Amino acid sequence: MGITDVEAVWRIESARIVAALTRFTGDFGLAEDAAQEAVAEALVSWPRAAPADPAGWLMATGRRRAIDAIRRRAALRDRYAVLATEPAIGSVAGEEFDPDRIDDDVLALMFVSCHPVLSRESRVALTLRVVAGLSSEEIARAFLVSVPAVQARITRGKKTIAAAGVPFELPPAAERRERLGGVLSVVYVIFTEGSTATSGDRLLRPDVAYEAIRLARTLAALQPDEPEVHGLLALCELTAARFPARTAPDGSPVLLEDQDRSRWDFSAIQRGLAALAKASVRGLGPYGLQAAIAATHAAAPSVEATDWDRIVLLYEALIRVAPSPVTELNRAVAVAMASGPEQALAVVDELVASDRLSGSHLVPTVRGELLARLGRRPEARAELELAARLCANEREREVLLRKAAGLG
Amino acid sequence: MPKYLLIMRGTDESNAAMMANIDEMMATSRRFIEDLFKAGVYVAAEGLDDPAKGVVVDFGGESPVVTDGPYGETKELFGGFFLIDVASKEEAVEWAKRVPAAPGAKVEVRRVPGSDETPR
Repeated sequence: MGITDVEAVWRIESARIVAALTRFTGDFGLAEDAAQEAVAEALVSWPRAAPADPAGWLMATGRRRAIDAIRRRAALRDRYAVLATEPAIGSVAGEEFDPDRIDDDVLALMFVSCHPVLSRESRVALTLRVVAGLSSEEIARAFLVSVPAVQARITRGKKTIAAAGVPFELPPAAERRERLGGVLSVVYVIFTEGSTATSGDRLLRPDVAYEAIRLARTLAALQPDEPEVHGLLALCELTAARFPARTAPDGSPVLLEDQDRSRWDFSAIQRGLAALAKASVRGLGPYGLQAAIAATHAAAPSVEATDWDRIVLLYEALIRVAPSPVTELNRAVAVAMASGPEQALAVVDELVASDRLSGSHLVPTVRGELLARLGRRPEARAELELAARLCANEREREVLLRKAAGLG
Repeated sequence: MPKYLLIMRGTDESNAAMMANIDEMMATSRRFIEDLFKAGVYVAAEGLDDPAKGVVVDFGGESPVVTDGPYGETKELFGGFFLIDVASKEEAVEWAKRVPAAPGAKVEVRRVPGSDETPR
């Protein structure tokens, strides 16, 4: 067995093992350390002698390391106390996976990793590490940050959970929906990083988006009665379905109107529509509404033949349930398609006047586009050049500068 | 990300062993599919009926020729599949090792290219 084989087993087992160890020790940080020690040992010993039951080996080794850590800790605190706690540890150590409990424990692990006391960076790093089973190196690559930065986020996250006394349990019923929203937003942050990289030289990073889709599928399996979980999954599937058409062979972005729709991933669209159907049983929430917008695009043979009136309606509904200046800007784009650039420019100017998106390249991008369509070329050019200066993604910046230059 | 098709290839012996313990086999298959589902990697899975009940449409001639029964003299017959969406080939192989299969059966692991990999 090679390193990649160990990593493959860990990808499959990490959530269950960390969840079981957290249940066993009552200490999330200690459980995560013990699990990481078990993986480190596997990387050394499996290439020499592969175990018959790799998952069982990881679980048993993790449990031993957890017991070692508890003993060390107890020895530090009170050399006598360890004698009293030893038999208790010994008896729990023999427990095997309880399949009914492990699902709830994996879910509890997601709630802890996405807990509101954590910084957004720590939530993302912890979720990818303990639930998705990624290494610090893989997380660093995904978010274009250094490995020590990722390790610091994870360490700080674990300390915060301990300091805040976050319990390892499912949130009480009254808080469940709100806390689930927190988990969904972490998954969506990960997806967005893959679908529109905020920085760097690549527009898309499908491997990062894949991690989010996988997490959303796990959530949908564990929380099948929550419509927004299916809404998020639908949104991710339908957005990812367009990936194959979104970049040219040289990596440059291809705009929606220029995309070869025959390259859209038909299977992903079908999976997205199936998830959207499950999301709409009690009326759509914010993720479901965004998925419905993506589904309207997916159903259209071309930009011209798209039901833009429906998209404007969906954006208006989305703004009501989840107000956001970016959504208002998207509505403006839809208005331009449904009713013309003049009306859309009015929407954008209102947004500019409210000063809620200053500093973002998105406003001048859209404004420049609308001005160009209205034939106001010098103003359009100035807006697109401003957008290029504000844009952090190199690929997007090139497109903006090309467009600006085209306006003479 | 790559999808992989895990193709069940049974022999007469493994199929007979499976049928002898069909209830247990169904239960373990169900648990395996649940594991795939909860891991977020499940796309599709089906088991196939007896190959003797199959039909082969042969395009060798001018018009398709239809014959009853299994395809050719193949000893290992396609008996079912799991389509999974995983992070790597190694992960696909790890799942393949966990497929509930009777002694003598084989599982073939085949990569499904993405729609962005077809020639433009």
